[in-house]
Amino acid sequence: MKGRVRPKLAVWKFASCDGCQLSLLDCEDELLQLAELVQFANFVEASSKVQRGPYAVSLVEGSITTAHDRERIQAVRADSAVVITIGACATSGGIQALRNGADVAEFTRHVYAHPEYISTLRDSTPISAHIKVDYELFGCPINKQQLVEVISAFLHGRKPRIYSHSVCVDCKLRGTPCLTVTRGIPCLGPVTHAGCEALCPSYGRGCFGCYGPKESSNPASLMQHLSTHLGQPDVALSRLLRSFTAEAPPFASARKPYEPAT
Amino acid sequence: MSTASDSPPSTDTELRVRAGVKTRTIQVDYLARVEGEGALHVKTRGDVVEDVQLRIFEPPRFFEAFLRGRLASEAPDITARICGICPVAYQMSSTQAIERALGLTITPTIRALRRLLYCGEWIESHALHVLMLHAPDFLGVADVVALAKLFPDVVRGGLQLKKTGNEILRVLGGREIHPINIRVGGFYKLPSVAELQSLREPLLRARDQALATVRWVGGFSFPDVLRDYDLVSLWHPDEYPLNEGQLVSRSGLRIDVSEFESHFEEVHVAHSNALHAQKRVDGGAYLVGPLARYNLCGDKLPELAKQAARDAKLPVQCFNPFQSIIVRAVELVFACDEALRLIAEYQPAGPPFVVAEPRAGEGAAVTCAPRGLLYQRYRVNADGTIAECKIVPPTSQNQRTIEDDLRAVVQKEIRRPKAELTARCEQTIRNHDPCISCATHFLRLEIEDADELKQDP
Repeated sequence: MKGRVRPKLAVWKFASCDGCQLSLLDCEDELLQLAELVQFANFVEASSKVQRGPYAVSLVEGSITTAHDRERIQAVRADSAVVITIGACATSGGIQALRNGADVAEFTRHVYAHPEYISTLRDSTPISAHIKVDYELFGCPINKQQLVEVISAFLHGRKPRIYSHSVCVDCKLRGTPCLTVTRGIPCLGPVTHAGCEALCPSYGRGCFGCYGPKESSNPASLMQHLSTHLGQPDVALSRLLRSFTAEAPPFASARKPYEPAT
Repeated sequence: MSTASDSPPSTDTELRVRAGVKTRTIQVDYLARVEGEGALHVKTRGDVVEDVQLRIFEPPRFFEAFLRGRLASEAPDITARICGICPVAYQMSSTQAIERALGLTITPTIRALRRLLYCGEWIESHALHVLMLHAPDFLGVADVVALAKLFPDVVRGGLQLKKTGNEILRVLGGREIHPINIRVGGFYKLPSVAELQSLREPLLRARDQALATVRWVGGFSFPDVLRDYDLVSLWHPDEYPLNEGQLVSRSGLRIDVSEFESHFEEVHVAHSNALHAQKRVDGGAYLVGPLARYNLCGDKLPELAKQAARDAKLPVQCFNPFQSIIVRAVELVFACDEALRLIAEYQPAGPPFVVAEPRAGEGAAVTCAPRGLLYQRYRVNADGTIAECKIVPPTSQNQRTIEDDLRAVVQKEIRRPKAELTARCEQTIRNHDPCISCATHFLRLEIEDADELKQDP
């Protein structure tokens, strides 16, 4: 590796829990090796040494919720050859998007004694609503092996090998009996992007959609099934799609019919 | 929610001295090696520290607002998302608070497994902080990658220690970050004896590595700073605290956890998106976390951990915040040892979870997140939904104390060059492993510039 300049990797945080960038530090077996391939040029959670851009790859965690962050993400884009968003917050607005459509002023009054000290936008929005994103990695949290795969794919100029089927398919691959069919448990497995290796069903609980909607899924049809065949009340269906990726468009539109009129 | 006090007590009022004295500021715009977004701002006038602000600019996320109307059973999964570093702490406080609201009693098996799960989070979080975030300060390097060049064996061993903590979380919780196997009443699925036994060999190595870590950090040099903290911890008569016990303080408090809000309150200050907690009795600051636990409950540590502390010359009562790194390493020995004990004794009995009929009620719980007390209270409706909840994370409780520490450290080292003083300030903050993502559910460091001494207008 000597004599070659290692590409610069940057990690940026917006509104989030830190869990997705922690996934990088959780790569205990790969971290030091990765550090030989890239420079952690801007990874504030892990290092007090910050180098200027431009950066070869920027990993972006978190959603846009303040006017300041709305400006900051533009600077990240301008300074980065490749922008990869990591996790449900960055790709869909995250759990904090549960404020969208709510009375944020009332939320602020509820949590803070001096609402005038708090500046926040009405909606929590994904990074792609503000800048061009080169790759989106789903999950709440992301799968760290997928993160290593995506970083190495971009470093080598190839397409990441991330499968795009549903959690449902992974259950079949694991041999987990279908919870909805055999036990009448509501499950988002048929419409949720794979990546967790169908973890929850293997523990006897229905999928609650951490990885967000898979491409060309039909959550409206699934909701209808859960309503007609499992007798799930509207409020339960609305809650099922209102969690970590509530504002991902397929989920947001599929839950509309089950939400109380405002 | 919190009621703000109109005039939070100011300890620097008396320091506002005559005009015409030179001021300087130290400013760190984006604190590194902490979890979340914070900045530091320190202002000095002549040789006197005038103002210290730990600014938390991590955006507000409004968890307590959008939890209203959700099912109480969803709280462990939703509150976990407050923090990717200590999701288990959120899951343990929320499940137990809700169980109290519902009048639910868990089985001894569930109790033991929750303790084991928490040991996993302590190992993962403490190993991360000691090795990757805090040790670089003592050795003058920027990060763990640079540290690995100086101490390759220590870093490799430390990463394996951290990995073992994560392995416990994976076996018991399904995954390391935001575990999915935790529910109100217990677990979705109990692990088999064989699954837990698979952790034994790695944990034996991890315990040796934790002992080596105590020796390594015990050899660091520590600034001579002693602070007269009021310490608050969970305390249990028979064991080092994790999930259960009374709340005790160095100043003599001994209360049930349900009385937390009668003795502690949160106030909202302009420079922070985090609320600051203080004691109601005198508006004073207090400290939670490893130093509080060690000083108030150190006699409950296993002999192996006590011996490691003695060998590292850690006093039985420790008031030097910089030595918190040794305390964390000692707690790593405890967590590995306790995990080994729990695994050896494990015999699954009873159901994976207990069920309660929905009812209206209210319940509170305090558990020991790696960085300190995490309080949660829930009021639930008869239909199983959350009517109201309150969450007080460790970092909002420690924020005032961190500012007081900075004031003491800057005052002591006020004549040092800016770069050195700034580094010292950052190290001072990291002493308490602040978790800013937690605190905004709510940090930022600025120190006004020593090189640009300027006349105060």
